Amino acid sequence: MGLVSEGLLEAVRLLLTGDAEVWRIAWLSLQVSGSATLLSLCAGIPLGTLLALARFPGRALAVSVVNTGMGLPPVVVGLFVTVVLWRNGLLGALEILYTPLAMVLAQFIIAAPIVTGLTLAAIQQVPEPFRLQMLGLGASRSQMIGMLLREARLPMLAAVMAGFGGVISEVGASLMVGGNIKGGTRVLTTATVLETSKGNFEVAIALSTILLLITFLVNWALTWIQQRARA
Amino acid sequence: MRTVVELEGIRVAHGERTVLDVPVLGVRQGELLAVMGPNGSGKSTLLRVIGLLQAPTAGAVRFRGALVTAHDGLVVRRRMASVFQDPLLAAATVFDNVALGLRFRRIDGRRIRARVDVWLDRFSIAHLGLRQARTLSGGEAQRAALARALVVEPELLLLDEPFSALDQPTREDLMNDLGRILGEERTTTVLVTHDRAEAMVLGDRVGVLMNGRLLQVDEAAQVFRGPISEEVARFVGVETILDCRVLESAGDLSILDAGGQRVQVAQPADPGEWVRLCLRPEDVTLFPGAPKGAGASPFNRLPARVERIVRAGAHVRVVVDCGFQLVAMVTHREVEDLGLHEGALVTAHFKATAPHLLRHG
Repeated sequence: MGLVSEGLLEAVRLLLTGDAEVWRIAWLSLQVSGSATLLSLCAGIPLGTLLALARFPGRALAVSVVNTGMGLPPVVVGLFVTVVLWRNGLLGALEILYTPLAMVLAQFIIAAPIVTGLTLAAIQQVPEPFRLQMLGLGASRSQMIGMLLREARLPMLAAVMAGFGGVISEVGASLMVGGNIKGGTRVLTTATVLETSKGNFEVAIALSTILLLITFLVNWALTWIQQRARA
Repeated sequence: MRTVVELEGIRVAHGERTVLDVPVLGVRQGELLAVMGPNGSGKSTLLRVIGLLQAPTAGAVRFRGALVTAHDGLVVRRRMASVFQDPLLAAATVFDNVALGLRFRRIDGRRIRARVDVWLDRFSIAHLGLRQARTLSGGEAQRAALARALVVEPELLLLDEPFSALDQPTREDLMNDLGRILGEERTTTVLVTHDRAEAMVLGDRVGVLMNGRLLQVDEAAQVFRGPISEEVARFVGVETILDCRVLESAGDLSILDAGGQRVQVAQPADPGEWVRLCLRPEDVTLFPGAPKGAGASPFNRLPARVERIVRAGAHVRVVVDCGFQLVAMVTHREVEDLGLHEGALVTAHFKATAPHLLRHG
């Protein structure tokens, strides 16, 4: 218990004293995971909508791939992205391995299937006759899709939360493609792993507490929006 | 009379199975065409094809005489509006729901407010404008759905069993209000329903759709009084159907042999011809005891014995044997007043104009 309370006290101290390194790590975590979530929304919402509405050969296989992707182990993603970005890899010429950009790419690969799968489920839970009803009131196809997304906005906020939660908390991929470089690619999760391995439990607990706090605040804000929309 | 929409050679198939086969159907300007049929007869498919919400396997749809193509589908669709059995309101206020069709058509905000206010008022839901639509009762929600369709002032209104999910009093209220509004607006309407009463009350013309085929389309009274086949007759509520031989015929009056009884029917037929007699239960009146004296010529008075008494909602169905089985519809009070019970002797009355004859050739 002493270790935990000391860790919490250390977290409070780091936050209150405005420790530059901690704030930098926290800010990078938010930037990387926020960008990856945003990109996954840009790709996952249209893809999930397409899978929910379109009928084409191989659709069932595509849905299965998305569902499998929702549980992708971050270390597998990390390995895949490392191989692709390695200097003689497929995208080695970009020279972005061990940069925040590589971390964004890895986290995007983790979050995109989550957003896609949850969007697909959210749209499918809107009764099918609703689509016909919108068309029957004179909606164009894009207006109808807009109405569907609007109807599914509450479960889709859950997709945002799940996507962000999945990437802000992952460590394997960030460690592998980012390298945990101080002042460069160190984020809250990788820093926590490092401090724990060095036996600096107070700092590790402090960093974890900050990570939890960020996750809580983001989810609290999204939940507030979700519940306000329901009221 | 001008037609608003015409179907030509429409066929809808799911694999090998044809679910709709309508060679020709026209909906006239200002009329309410009620298409009725049992569940699974293809009513909703028909409505979706008319509303350009489903492409037929074969055939064409003409709107105001012009062939509708995929290119102008949206433009034509915006001249119509549909209402379904489930109100399918969006998660928004009642006002925003009613405004939806106008917003799809990019009407400006001021005109939207004015028109929505008018239609909320006409459906008596003006006080609900700011309520979340999902909190409405079934009747209120369907009123909002109807206002949402009519606010766009459609040239063709398509109604897919809009009352079937409502309780009886709510349904009757809404049916009366809608009938009045459609009468005032002269909105051309196609209503599909499985409910005979709805079709009869609202329809100027009635179509009977069974197994994907329109068996009869005619003036409402004609479909109910003069069905063209036994299948249609049974669906429109005829319960007594029997084969009879024509004994005599003079002008418009024919005398038939119905199970050994002489029955007068005000419809021409050839002596010796076999015909099928159709009689609605509400056209038969029962009196206690045996027939008294010779009846006036246009009336049939047949001695009968009560075989079965079956409660059917607000009414009672009484099956009597008068040489053939005849079904009469009476009220619960009449059962008591007439002392009807199984085995009781009664006289079955019906006018010579009540039966309808299906002629075999």
